[in-house]
Amino acid sequence: MPADAVLDDLTKVTDDRVREARPDDAIDGMPSRYVATPASTEETAELLRVAARHGLHVVARGSGTKQRWGNPPAQVDLVVETTAMTGVVEHAAGDLITVVRAGTPVRELQDALSGADQQLALDTAIPSATVGGTVATDTSGPRRLLYGTMRDLLIGITFVRADGVVAKAGGKVVKNVAGYDFGKLLTGSFGTLGVITEVALRLHPVPATQRVVSVEEEDPAAATRAALRVLGSQVVPAAVEVDQPTDGPVTVAVLLEGIEAGVGARTAATRTLLGAGNTVGEPPGWFGTYPFSADDVGLKITSTLMGVGPVLAGARSVGRRHGVPVSVRGSAGGVLYASMPSDTEPQLVALVLEAMRTVAATYDGTVVVLTAPAETRRGLDVWGPVAGLDLMRRLKDQLDPDHRLSPGRFVGGI
Amino acid sequence: MDTVRLAARLREEIGQANVLTDRQELRTYECDGLAVYKVMPALVALPETTEQVAAVVRACVDAGVPYVARGSGTGLSGGALPHADGVLIVTSKLRQILDVDPDNQRAVLEPGVVNLDITRAASPHGYYYAPDPSSQQICSIGGNVAENSGGAHCLKYGFTTNHVTGLEVVSPDGAVVRLGGKAPDPPGYDLRGAFVGSEGTLGIATEVTVRLVRAPESVRTLLAAFGSTDDAGAAVSSIIGAGVIPAAIEMMDALAIEAAEAAVQCGYPAGAGAVLVVELDGPAAEVEEQFVQVERHCELAGAFEIRIAADDVERALIWRGRKSAFAAVGRISPDYIVQDGVIPRTSLPGVLRRMGELSAERGLRVANVFHAGDGNLHPLVLFDDTVAGQTEKAEDLSAAILDLCIEHGGSITGEHGVGMDKAKHMPRMYSDDDLDTMQLLRCAFDPEHLSNPGKVFPTPRLCGEVPGRHKGAHPLQQQGLAEVF
Repeated sequence: MPADAVLDDLTKVTDDRVREARPDDAIDGMPSRYVATPASTEETAELLRVAARHGLHVVARGSGTKQRWGNPPAQVDLVVETTAMTGVVEHAAGDLITVVRAGTPVRELQDALSGADQQLALDTAIPSATVGGTVATDTSGPRRLLYGTMRDLLIGITFVRADGVVAKAGGKVVKNVAGYDFGKLLTGSFGTLGVITEVALRLHPVPATQRVVSVEEEDPAAATRAALRVLGSQVVPAAVEVDQPTDGPVTVAVLLEGIEAGVGARTAATRTLLGAGNTVGEPPGWFGTYPFSADDVGLKITSTLMGVGPVLAGARSVGRRHGVPVSVRGSAGGVLYASMPSDTEPQLVALVLEAMRTVAATYDGTVVVLTAPAETRRGLDVWGPVAGLDLMRRLKDQLDPDHRLSPGRFVGGI
Repeated sequence: MDTVRLAARLREEIGQANVLTDRQELRTYECDGLAVYKVMPALVALPETTEQVAAVVRACVDAGVPYVARGSGTGLSGGALPHADGVLIVTSKLRQILDVDPDNQRAVLEPGVVNLDITRAASPHGYYYAPDPSSQQICSIGGNVAENSGGAHCLKYGFTTNHVTGLEVVSPDGAVVRLGGKAPDPPGYDLRGAFVGSEGTLGIATEVTVRLVRAPESVRTLLAAFGSTDDAGAAVSSIIGAGVIPAAIEMMDALAIEAAEAAVQCGYPAGAGAVLVVELDGPAAEVEEQFVQVERHCELAGAFEIRIAADDVERALIWRGRKSAFAAVGRISPDYIVQDGVIPRTSLPGVLRRMGELSAERGLRVANVFHAGDGNLHPLVLFDDTVAGQTEKAEDLSAAILDLCIEHGGSITGEHGVGMDKAKHMPRMYSDDDLDTMQLLRCAFDPEHLSNPGKVFPTPRLCGEVPGRHKGAHPLQQQGLAEVF
């Protein structure tokens, strides 16, 4: 076997935590040459310096649950796995913050925090997702309505640039306006600006009580009216979710969190708002999950509050028109997910996508194809139109001038 | 720079009356809320539309002249300090509330709209705008965006960045760009998030879309008096430790109380070594129960008097002392420096003790006002400029307090910004690599360094070339304005 100078150099940095890639290491169908699993920020930095020297294209991977989101990378030479950078570095319960390594599964973080009755107030639909991957893909769930998203919870970040330089921004105090907020830029950047190795997060107390009030409405319009009554009230819901299957009634589920005395009174108020036929209980099984599985077509549709009804109604009518079963689920705050079966004809997916983009755009929103079978995605503009793309390209050019980090995965071919 | 030619072009673009060159008129704009720095701008432009802002910026770009944006000029870090050879672009004629949209829980504003006016416009619909800097009666939303302003209630509700969903900005090349809007989660890099808090160095916001928050069902406020800041701090710890997140927890020490008393006769309990103002808001049943808990935590920590606001008038009275505190210090000292630092909240007792020592060593008094819930300190260093050497001592003490914040893992600014004043402190908080990386963002937006140059970063980075591979001297370097690193 001929000596592999690149592998030699990578091995010098990470010892036995580097290997030649196997077929199953391919990132969204794009085979890699090497896989490395650095154990620290410093090791990640050295790896990326080696990668820079050899002109390697690098894709970061946590637990790999969303590697088929966005576009496939144009090229991959090195997969940098964050799975050896795990664990909570610091949990300052009195300050309601934690510092955690990027490869830590969110579920493990939550377990570690629960001893102090604290939590990262962010729902992850895919349980094995890592903290770093959750930051990079900016996923959120039902409780975004009350607590916001990763961008609102992330207070500090350490990442490694394409040239192997380690950069930090923010800190570990909740309030801090010193310097540019790079945490915001890295959040949702799909690995195109740097490899995230550590983050500091704002925490919240675990509420003493959670209760869900649900109601089934006969159509999207009635469900939306019910949801909007709650959103316009003073009951401060932690989440208002809607679940619209392909046909039939549409469910609205309102999550209330807090102390027992408060949740009791708010439950009563919410029941009045939701009207006849409501029920009180635990969160339904679908709550906080995507309506699509890994092989399906999954869309993320955003809009203003007033757009939620038209998006729901639009999904039904477009689905019927094209004979495609489209189900929708998500936050009545204006972030919905739609699903189409994996075997839907690509041209039908394109038609549904186009129609939904038209509806969403009327309400200031967008539609992104999160995931779809490779052959379906190939013909789609998965990110859709993006405002400010010129500035985004300039930012990418500054941080990764040779476009070696997750090339092609992000908006506008970034 | 040819001021006459530039003024002529600007007058053509935005009208005779909207360009000021008279020295008397310019003097009004020579400083912001941090009056120790004063620079007379070459020109002041008062554009009335987004297109006019863009036209002014393009004129500056064509002339290679720096520009600085200014809202109401209440900033406390010299962020809106003019450039002597540059144009000051003032947003005071961009004051329209463009859209109050309670159905979508949003408002759309021109940058010169005053913070409190957003709440005034939204409240008939049952909504308000949450971030409430102490200067909210005069500060502008454009300035709030530039500084990522906070306020007493950001403990629970977050900062400006958590409430801005969309921006229209004039980028430093004079283009008008939309970043986000009324809907959440626009695809692409979160340039909106990076722009908020960038202190005018990435361009000028010409339209701001904010979240409107439903007014709470119930608001309850108490004032608790303690023998010492340690006792008050212990009360804060047990409140937070019990899982209660109040809308606000503010602390004032004895000297700050004395000042507030002298200025606004707020009638805080006599003999208090510290007072806490705690406010809870939300659904009534929740607030009632937690309010009882808060009272109990205060009593257990040694509060010797607790006053509960019975109505909005009494609430305003409790807040009056706190909100007037900065200016009030002028009643007990001829001069003072307002500091803004952050520590992990749990470090408070140790930091306050050390601050007492630092103050004693220099023979200068420090009054303390802080957002106790999130560890944001506002020490006020008192001095007398007419006494030889006191100004230097006060500046030294103020800097030592920032060092103390950094030593405890905090920040050099929680809400006032870096601006002119703290650019020199940035290297104490961030490494050269960190600062270099941040400036890559600057280079993406403003490679010529014309948008508010000299703020935030101690040394401008040269743009457009890969670091370490510079060919020839950059114009900034030739002028001695920048170093290569």
